[in-house]
Amino acid sequence: MLTIPCPWCGERDVHEFRSGGEAHLKRERRADALSDAEWADFLFLRANPKGEHAERWYHVHGCRRWFNAVRNTHTDTILAVYKPGEAKPEAAQ
Amino acid sequence: MNQSHRLPAGGRIDRSRSLSFTFDGARYSGHPGDTLASALIANGVHLVGRSFKYHRPRGILTAGSEEPNALIQLGLGNRTEPNIRATQIELYDGLVAASQNRFPSLEFDLGAVNDTLSPLIPAGFYYKTFMWPQRGWMTYERAIRRMAGLGRAPDGPDPDRYEYRHAHCDVLVAGGGAAGLAAALAAGRAGARVIIADEQAEMGGWLLSEGETEISAKPAVDWVGKAVTELAGMENVTLLRRTTAFGYYDQNWLGLVERVTDHLGPYAADHLPRQRLWQVRAKQVVLATGAIERPLVFAQNDRPGIMLAASLRSYIARYGARPGKALVVFTNNDSGYRTALVAHQAGIGVTAIIDTRMGAVGPLPQAARAAGLRIYEGHAIIATSGRLRVDGVRLGKLAASGDRIEGSGFGISCDLVAMSGGWNPNVSLFSQSRGKLDFRAEDGVFVPGQSFQPLRSAGTCNGVLSTAECLAEGLAAGAEAAREAGFANRKPAGLKVTEPECPAAAPFWLAPPEKPLARAKCFVDFQNDVTAADLKLAVREGFQSVEHVKRYTTTGMGTDQGRTSNVNALAIVSATLGQDIPAVGTTTFRPPYTPTSFGAIAGRNIGALFDPVRRTPIHDWHAAHGAKFENVGQWVRAWYYPKPGEDMHAAVNREVKAARTGVGILDASTLGKIEVKGPDAAEFLNRVYTNSWLKLGIGKARYGLMLGEDGMVRDDGVTVRLGEDRFLMSTTTGNAATVMTSLEDYLQTEWPELKVYLTSVTEQYATLTINGPKSRELLAALTDDIDTGNEAFPHMSLREGNVAGVPARVIRISFTGELSYEINVRASQGKAVWEALMKAGEPFGITPYGTEAMHVLRAEKGFIIVGQETDGSMTPGDLGMDWIVSKVKPDFVGKRSLARSDTVREGRKQLVGLLTEDRKEVLEEGAHVVETVLDKPPMAMLGHVTSSYYSPNLERSIALAVLKGGRSLIGKTLSVPMPDKVIRVTVTEPVFFDPKGERANG
Repeated sequence: MLTIPCPWCGERDVHEFRSGGEAHLKRERRADALSDAEWADFLFLRANPKGEHAERWYHVHGCRRWFNAVRNTHTDTILAVYKPGEAKPEAAQ
Repeated sequence: MNQSHRLPAGGRIDRSRSLSFTFDGARYSGHPGDTLASALIANGVHLVGRSFKYHRPRGILTAGSEEPNALIQLGLGNRTEPNIRATQIELYDGLVAASQNRFPSLEFDLGAVNDTLSPLIPAGFYYKTFMWPQRGWMTYERAIRRMAGLGRAPDGPDPDRYEYRHAHCDVLVAGGGAAGLAAALAAGRAGARVIIADEQAEMGGWLLSEGETEISAKPAVDWVGKAVTELAGMENVTLLRRTTAFGYYDQNWLGLVERVTDHLGPYAADHLPRQRLWQVRAKQVVLATGAIERPLVFAQNDRPGIMLAASLRSYIARYGARPGKALVVFTNNDSGYRTALVAHQAGIGVTAIIDTRMGAVGPLPQAARAAGLRIYEGHAIIATSGRLRVDGVRLGKLAASGDRIEGSGFGISCDLVAMSGGWNPNVSLFSQSRGKLDFRAEDGVFVPGQSFQPLRSAGTCNGVLSTAECLAEGLAAGAEAAREAGFANRKPAGLKVTEPECPAAAPFWLAPPEKPLARAKCFVDFQNDVTAADLKLAVREGFQSVEHVKRYTTTGMGTDQGRTSNVNALAIVSATLGQDIPAVGTTTFRPPYTPTSFGAIAGRNIGALFDPVRRTPIHDWHAAHGAKFENVGQWVRAWYYPKPGEDMHAAVNREVKAARTGVGILDASTLGKIEVKGPDAAEFLNRVYTNSWLKLGIGKARYGLMLGEDGMVRDDGVTVRLGEDRFLMSTTTGNAATVMTSLEDYLQTEWPELKVYLTSVTEQYATLTINGPKSRELLAALTDDIDTGNEAFPHMSLREGNVAGVPARVIRISFTGELSYEINVRASQGKAVWEALMKAGEPFGITPYGTEAMHVLRAEKGFIIVGQETDGSMTPGDLGMDWIVSKVKPDFVGKRSLARSDTVREGRKQLVGLLTEDRKEVLEEGAHVVETVLDKPPMAMLGHVTSSYYSPNLERSIALAVLKGGRSLIGKTLSVPMPDKVIRVTVTEPVFFDPKGERANG
């Protein structure tokens, strides 16, 4: 079982969290201007890398706040965590 | 029987006390300190089971948790447990054990005919034979399972209690043998918080079985005693006996199962749990899991009386048992000689030592020669005999190549065979931790290589063999682990060890049998009856990957997971393929290390504690008035209130009628309630609902639909504006948490600029809905400060005041189409207000109604239920609810998707009503609707029934359905094929009652 360092609460067991999938997807507020393909890209298409992956996490059984994490999907290690709106850090290691 | 095979002295058993037990109904005795296996051996019982596939007689192979053969059914009634290793069961008084997989008896087993037929039952036999006809497998499987089964599960629920324990430590040591104890001492002395777990009743591992070994010039067991005493005296050390580290998971998180009272027998200690599951997060781990002796693969090597050499030593030295009178040792390394010498000193006749090597010159072979023991060098066992117990072996001289016999073989009588093929480091936990294994060619073993997690291996699991090396590695590993965890310490001083020298030897994989291999029964996997011939057959048939060979032959499966067989199987497969062992690879070890009871894993999370139960503040009233309940998510809701003599149908009909003719009352407290507060609250609602919210007046209510970004309906409910910056949102009962999570997500990550705060207030309020033409009069009777007049308090508005003497928010909204008020009061006052309403409602014939009547009432009106009419694939348009979707708002969640090619296409499923030709026929929910009925499926389906009830107000059945192009089908007649008939239905508008909606406004 992983531990995840919540940027607000510190390190907690993974069962306190819920994964929210890929991070840094941009939701266009004037989406009418987007083509079907562009909208479909936002709506359906997700990266599935082997290695570093920036993803959203929700500390649902804790502070109830969302944050982002960079996780290596191959080794299942969390490389960095950061708050929503912040840029993805250059992951350590 | 009276321990006829007990040595006159010695062993770590308490001879002053006797324990009585039964095996297959026969009564025996043993001593505290015995395992069931050692007690059976001390009573001369070797035959303990029948093999899985061929029903061959099997005995006790090992003295530890790796045992593949001696699996027994332990205990009685609902406490009985199958497939328990006799080698791990501590003897207690009154223990009841039985053998498995035999009929009618262990000595005479009809299934043994399989053994005679074994040439006809090769690897993959079941796959090959029972494939035709394909559906026949369903029949065959039952018969095969009966023949090839192991133990039997209890019929009833487990009566025992299991506990969880969560723990953190600096250093977790898995294994309490020489290396583990040394590691725990070093780490404990450095001040680290240490947990040391060992699966046996006594710490010490093999040191408990090795009388000749001395540490610091004292017997090894003295050092064990001192080490355990020192560890027990350290506050920072937790000693866990009878505790198996069974799983190694991410980030040094390990699962341990502690058998707290198993050794006491059932009912012995009611204040204690049976087992305890430890979930330990360790900064550092030291694996000291030991090594497992490797059996030799030779012809008929599975007869009772043939056991691993070191295990035999253990039965003699640790348990004071005498497993036989005439011993043959078969070995490829010096440790076989050690067993021969121990047996010799214990007065067991050593008939022969058969060594596959020539000219062994170590101190142990020399001591054996000096003791006058008969040694056959360069020989191998080529056959054995004895029906229920080995009574002789045949041996022959190995050719220099080692793969054939020169000359003819000859026989030796014996009643005991000890075999030693070397030692396999026990790398299960290391492998589970995702560490890489390295192959060491000189003695053919896998040793820990690159680690993936913060751990180190020490002792025989790391590939060393001597006690001196185990202690040195253990001390070093414990000290380093403590240092890594932040506890500075000096290099621990070494320990002086005196022990017989026993170096590693080249492996010997397969003794050439006297008979052709296919008929020789050279067993590799005892538990699954897999022979060397089976493995070679699998390779011949084209299986190249060891993982495929494993699945085809079942080698390495079962309760022992190939603990004694994996490396031998791998070697035979690779030799057959003509490849090196590392090229063929090893199978992956997965948790659990040994079978772990479901009870321990479930812990207390069973029965009433499995999932929280949520009850409304009025629950007790419902129960006291005979309500039947239904579960809605975690909520328990009143379903209907049958009067004496009423069935569900009658009760629901009565409740539905009352709610339209008089006044009904519903406990709606389970509806999700979220308070939305902040200067941007209206803007926030405007973005998450499809309609517009900016201009909703204070004290006004509005219905809203919430979509996902994909445009599909996710939730609905009424929200009221309490103030300029304050709204009270309601959600469907089952969706409250999901909606809250989603709203938080948007607020925190998409629109952090909005100043809005969300608070779940579901449980703060009780919601009492009164409904029906008399509801206004009822409300008026209980309030003195709310003007209940139709103009003063119109539909879709909120009034605050006192109801039944307590502060209340009253919202005039309707989920039934009737005049209806939702009275929200503090949860703590809910029941009192409910009772006041019941009393005041008496003159109006007030009728409590449950969720079933609520469903009928809303279906009469064609109101949807999210999750019933919708399934994540319905847009507002599909539901005929375009009227609630704003055309002018620039953005709301899901807006763009309503213009996707898929959501605007023709032929989407749309909500309609269905009326059956027979007014009494109630359709089944989920039934499919078709245009053309064929003899049998498949038929082109138009959609399905989503809701279906009998409507007492319309005096006929009604149904809602979603059909492809549904709105264009209105007026048409379609069919609902059922198993026994076809039901004809007419498609209608989805509103059956009061289509103009006049009653709610009246």
